[in-house]
Amino acid sequence: MHQTIRFHPNITWPTEDASRIPFGVFTDQALYDLEQNVIFRGSNWSFVAMEIEIPNVGDYKTTFVGDTPVIVARDTHGKINCVVNRCAHRGSTLCFDQSGNTEDFTCVYHNWRYDLEGNLVSVAFQNGVKQVGGMPADFKRCEHNLTKARVETFAGLVFTTFSDETPPLKEYLGERMAGHMARVFHRPVQILGTYSQTLHSNWKLYMENVKDSYHASLLHTFFTTFKLNRLTMEGGVQIDGGGGHHISWSKRGTDSATGTAYEKAGELRALLDDFSLADPSLIKSWVEYEDGITHAIQSIFPTFVLQQIQNSLAIRVLVPRSVDKSELYWILFGYVDDTPEQRDMRLRQSNLVGPAGLVSMEDGIIGNFIQRGIKRETEKSAVLEMGGRVVEDQQSRVSEAAVRGFWQAYRARMGV
Amino acid sequence: MKKTLVSPEVQLRVEQLQTDYTNCIDDERYAEWPTLFAENCLYKIISRDNHRKKMPFGFLYCDNRRMLRDRIASMANANVFEPHCYRHILSRSEVSHADGVLVAKTGYIVFRIMHDGSHALFSTGTYLDQIIEVEGEFVFKERVVVTDSSSIDALLVIPL
Repeated sequence: MHQTIRFHPNITWPTEDASRIPFGVFTDQALYDLEQNVIFRGSNWSFVAMEIEIPNVGDYKTTFVGDTPVIVARDTHGKINCVVNRCAHRGSTLCFDQSGNTEDFTCVYHNWRYDLEGNLVSVAFQNGVKQVGGMPADFKRCEHNLTKARVETFAGLVFTTFSDETPPLKEYLGERMAGHMARVFHRPVQILGTYSQTLHSNWKLYMENVKDSYHASLLHTFFTTFKLNRLTMEGGVQIDGGGGHHISWSKRGTDSATGTAYEKAGELRALLDDFSLADPSLIKSWVEYEDGITHAIQSIFPTFVLQQIQNSLAIRVLVPRSVDKSELYWILFGYVDDTPEQRDMRLRQSNLVGPAGLVSMEDGIIGNFIQRGIKRETEKSAVLEMGGRVVEDQQSRVSEAAVRGFWQAYRARMGV
Repeated sequence: MKKTLVSPEVQLRVEQLQTDYTNCIDDERYAEWPTLFAENCLYKIISRDNHRKKMPFGFLYCDNRRMLRDRIASMANANVFEPHCYRHILSRSEVSHADGVLVAKTGYIVFRIMHDGSHALFSTGTYLDQIIEVEGEFVFKERVVVTDSSSIDALLVIPL
């Protein structure tokens, strides 16, 4: 029934649709290298910074686009630039700090110096010593600038692309995805904490996990174990960007445990069993946005994630390290004008997320479970049929539609 | 802030508390872990980078003993992870009185030993403690775990 399509020497794709994923896509080194060129260096926008990370002239941070090291810097015109973190001379890493403020970037090896836009402005001993030696007369500095990427910002988020063919950022995001980002960044935000976690799995396994609204209450049992489940009134999945972007959202009762029998049980610790929270203040929350949505996970192809889990707001960015290793960077934030009570609730809810997150810690290992399981079964395929075999908006979150969407977008971009 | 040294007896009692703490975790007696803290306490884990920048949010935040107990209850009953345990190695504690509180600073190394026998360095850092006496016992009023690295390998479920 299924037509077999070969798109890569080592991978056989069993179906036209995205309901089967050959496991070899998570283990193949040649495919990983191709992805770096086609996806991360190709016609996609990658998140590299929040504008508030580099507010002043000369501010910079170092990060990655795929596994390409880059510097993101604000120049003397206030414009943000993104360049490959590689000296044009002999290829040395130019900047090895995480962040800072500078007038220029000078390579430690031979002191070649670049301005904040990535233009080569001086070469040590270009004219030799006492006019002896030096670079040839026809050496042109302007031919040896850093590799520059395009930069666009939206809602205070800085994205970059190496391709001239990538459509403008807002067009790439589309109206609904841009609207959701604008909703979160509608007033000034403040970074409250940052960290990362090492995932021993292929980058696509984490992106599948993020887009998989089916697993949430099954793998992550914190809420059910402590009987904190509330009726989900409404929820669904929106898919855009040829399948590559998604929002999984729900509206839950946010009465939390305040003033309920649950809280009283917590106070009467004599009654406490192992399946109640002694301190339910952990899950106190308020309705943050007018639309009443309390939980929303958004992903933008390829590796950007925007999280609203009750009042825990975060950006997550995945950086592939190798075919079976990735680093997930978290930026937790709140609003500058949070009240002390709101900030306290965000702080308590920060326990739910991240590598030590009561709700999310399992995501740190599940990709590795797959990576280990598929080791010698790369000819076999994953099954993605929950919610059908199509890629379209869903009225229920018990669906793998957004995961299929990812693969649809992936195959389209990889030309397969 | 002027620091004053403490008597050998106090030094010894502080270091005994540190030993009790690491033995409690390394011997996997997790249910006892909250009893080493005062009822109103602070236990948080934050990276050295974020601690220096005075970022308010770290990896983990508990501000009373009930939250510590909930962490352990969640680990025992809710969270999914592969069985593993820790081995702590501590430096000696620098102990002083500061503003009327007993303050201790102790370096640590934690190895993580997985159920399949693999083992690796998991975390290094510093315990920044405030210690008080409750009913004749020294307990942590505050324990801020400052991890040298900003990255956690896979996940953190057993407290550091």
